[in-house]
Amino acid sequence: MSDAHSAVHGGHHVDPSLPKEYQTEENSLRIAGFWVFLGQDLVLFSCLFATYVVMHGRTAGGPTSMDLFDVPGFTIETIALLFSSFTCGLATYEMRRGNKNPVIAWLIVTLILGLVFIGFEVQEFVKDVSDGARMSTSGFLSSFFTLVGTHGCHVSVGILWMAGLIFQVARRGLTPTTSRKLFTVSIYWHFLDAVWIFIFTVVYLTGKVL
Amino acid sequence: MLDEGPLIWMSDALITLATIGIIVVLTYFKLWKWLWDNWLTTVDHKKIGIMYLIAAILMLFRGGTDGMLMRAQLSWPNLHFLNADHYDQVFTTHGTVMILFMAMPAIIGFFNVAVPLQIGCRDVAFPYLNAISFWLFFAAAMLFNLSFVVGGSPDGGWTSYTPYVENMFDPGPGENYFIVSLQITGIGTIATGINFMITILRMRAPGMTLMRMPMFTWSVLITSFIIVFAFPVLTAALGLLLIDRDFGAHFFTVSGGGMPMQYVNLFWIWGHPEVYIVILPAFGIFSEVISTFAHKRLFGYAAMVVSMASIAILSFIVWVHHFFTMGAGPGVNSFFGVSTMAIAIPTGVKVFNWLFTMHKGRIEYTSAMLWALGFIPNFLIGGLTGVMLAVPPADYQYHNSYFLVSHFHYVLIGGTVFGVFAGLYYWWPKMFGVLLNERLGKWHFWTFMIGFNVCFFPMYFLGFMGMTRRVYTYPAGYGWGVINLIESIGAIGMGVGFLIMVYNIVWSARFGERDTTGDPWDARTLEWATTSPAPEYNFARIPEIKGRDAWWLMKRNGESINGPKDIPFEPIHMPNNSGRPIIMSLFFFIAGAGFIFSWWILTIIGLLGVLVTLAQRSFEYDDHHYIPVEEIERTESAAGRL
Repeated sequence: MSDAHSAVHGGHHVDPSLPKEYQTEENSLRIAGFWVFLGQDLVLFSCLFATYVVMHGRTAGGPTSMDLFDVPGFTIETIALLFSSFTCGLATYEMRRGNKNPVIAWLIVTLILGLVFIGFEVQEFVKDVSDGARMSTSGFLSSFFTLVGTHGCHVSVGILWMAGLIFQVARRGLTPTTSRKLFTVSIYWHFLDAVWIFIFTVVYLTGKVL
Repeated sequence: MLDEGPLIWMSDALITLATIGIIVVLTYFKLWKWLWDNWLTTVDHKKIGIMYLIAAILMLFRGGTDGMLMRAQLSWPNLHFLNADHYDQVFTTHGTVMILFMAMPAIIGFFNVAVPLQIGCRDVAFPYLNAISFWLFFAAAMLFNLSFVVGGSPDGGWTSYTPYVENMFDPGPGENYFIVSLQITGIGTIATGINFMITILRMRAPGMTLMRMPMFTWSVLITSFIIVFAFPVLTAALGLLLIDRDFGAHFFTVSGGGMPMQYVNLFWIWGHPEVYIVILPAFGIFSEVISTFAHKRLFGYAAMVVSMASIAILSFIVWVHHFFTMGAGPGVNSFFGVSTMAIAIPTGVKVFNWLFTMHKGRIEYTSAMLWALGFIPNFLIGGLTGVMLAVPPADYQYHNSYFLVSHFHYVLIGGTVFGVFAGLYYWWPKMFGVLLNERLGKWHFWTFMIGFNVCFFPMYFLGFMGMTRRVYTYPAGYGWGVINLIESIGAIGMGVGFLIMVYNIVWSARFGERDTTGDPWDARTLEWATTSPAPEYNFARIPEIKGRDAWWLMKRNGESINGPKDIPFEPIHMPNNSGRPIIMSLFFFIAGAGFIFSWWILTIIGLLGVLVTLAQRSFEYDDHHYIPVEEIERTESAAGRL
């Protein structure tokens, strides 16, 4: 804890015995802060999940989850996102081994899988809306679009972030700073994957049977 | 805007005049560059803390004016000084401003002023983020204040209960102002919570173990945890309400299958912890002030810490006591009644610890100490009436009555506002290098404290007599008239007290006693080890901590804050100033205005601006500089510490 102090105030002092993303004290602070950020994001999602569960049966005569959810669509979304989490893990693995080009390659694969996910989600939303299942139809649909849409917004922000990072890694290589950025975007990405597993279970799978 | 009547026209004129006045003064004295370089772009926690406190005092004036308007309206039966609509707006903005834009920035201001100094480090963990937090709060406060003159203020109460605030019953932008400005300041507050949690957990000086931290720092750490777990719930509640209002969703409208109680639950899951967010740091301030001016170490340090942690945990399991009468059933009401009463136990432990700290102490009755002493009985009255409210069957009698209004003013004013005043008198020399006038400070204390009791104590009786909150006028013959008049006179006393404080600030800036020692109170914690005001880098050398009350120990052992003389200084690594936080908050302001008026072009411009500033930051690598050794030596020798 407090022995880290001298390093903080020494600025960009690098300790090569640590994993790349933790080599400066400033980076290790930022990673810790990012974990706390994810903690608060988890609280936000919990509220949206609770609201969805409360609203699930409140369809006000509109379409129910059984009418609406399309099994192939959300299955492809799930596979794309879970797989992207894996490729994101490979990027981190290559970052630790110091291989710049594989890092960039795996990040691009991750980004493409993320775009596939978003593409299918947008398609699903457009289809629902054109079938008359809008946010304003019922409490159920309000909460469905908000919960899944909030996750989708997070993924979109992650895609923009990752795109910016690919440039930085390409230009600057794997420095402690770019490694730290890569590490934080990867824990963000895995977090979204974990949230999706809950959406998949609570919203889609449960919604297909109840 | 044009059909609003003279009250609003006058405000329009005054706001315009004040704005022109500020611009003219800044231009005439050529202060723009100074303001920009030294304040608007700063990432120094001490300056950010000062800006928070200035904003909080301005907001105290605004919220206090709302309070005065309400007291004027209620001071006699059948008055029609304000009409019902205006009264609704005034009590809504009074509550919202006081909690979110006065109490919060004031305590966060003290986080910034004191915490890094108390734990012996040079800045918060994320200085740039800290500036963003401040500017988001500031943009949100400005947006909220604008509501009064542009489009109408919110009028749904500071709790904004659904379904009253849905478009159907409350059209117009007023309610959107509430939602959007709270959302923006909430983002900043979450960032502050993360920032101070990491600062305290990871940046303490060597030897400063958790159980050696000053009590104020402990209170900030625990408060940061509450912020991080409670504020996202507010984000969710407000977000859903905004979606309902702007996009026609049905979360809280019964017609579309929505459920108004879901909002009430979410609101209070944040709202109850929120009252501990504003009270625990005040407890921390009182702990510092009492041990300093009793010249004794704090009694029961470990018990204090455990009490605060218990209060933090309990704060999350009491929220239903805000709606006992909404039909949750005896089982649920009993659980939440008992958990609420349980909070009195750790709070009582803390009160006894303060009393034992003073026992056999050499008590010095400074202004700061007076506020701490005044806090104990006043907060006790508020706390005990809180336990009365926590009894569900009894609550059926008092809920939404003036008994409740009195209760929460006793805890929030007797606790938080007294704490803020104590903190101002205590840390003023550390912030500005000047002491506030003690004589004026005592006048401030007595007028405000007596005025406060005259204003709020009769409200308990008024509550028993059946007067409910949020009534804008009442008929004669209930026996409420005289009591209300007495309360309004008390409110004037508080107003006079506030003005004396402002006069004290102005007077002391010119004639106040300079603090040349850095330690005017013979205090115990590390912030008093450095110059008043502290240099940019706080400590030339990071101190070694050998025990609790670190500075007291150093003084007793005759040690210097810079350690042994022969070790040379090293260059100090500091973050650069940045204009981006204020620009980013301007984009948040623009996006917020777009959401308020459903003007989507504005929203898109604002949100794109936010994204671009975020991306710019991500591509910024050169954001630090080093303070050279010569400069440190110059500063330290000027302070007589070489």
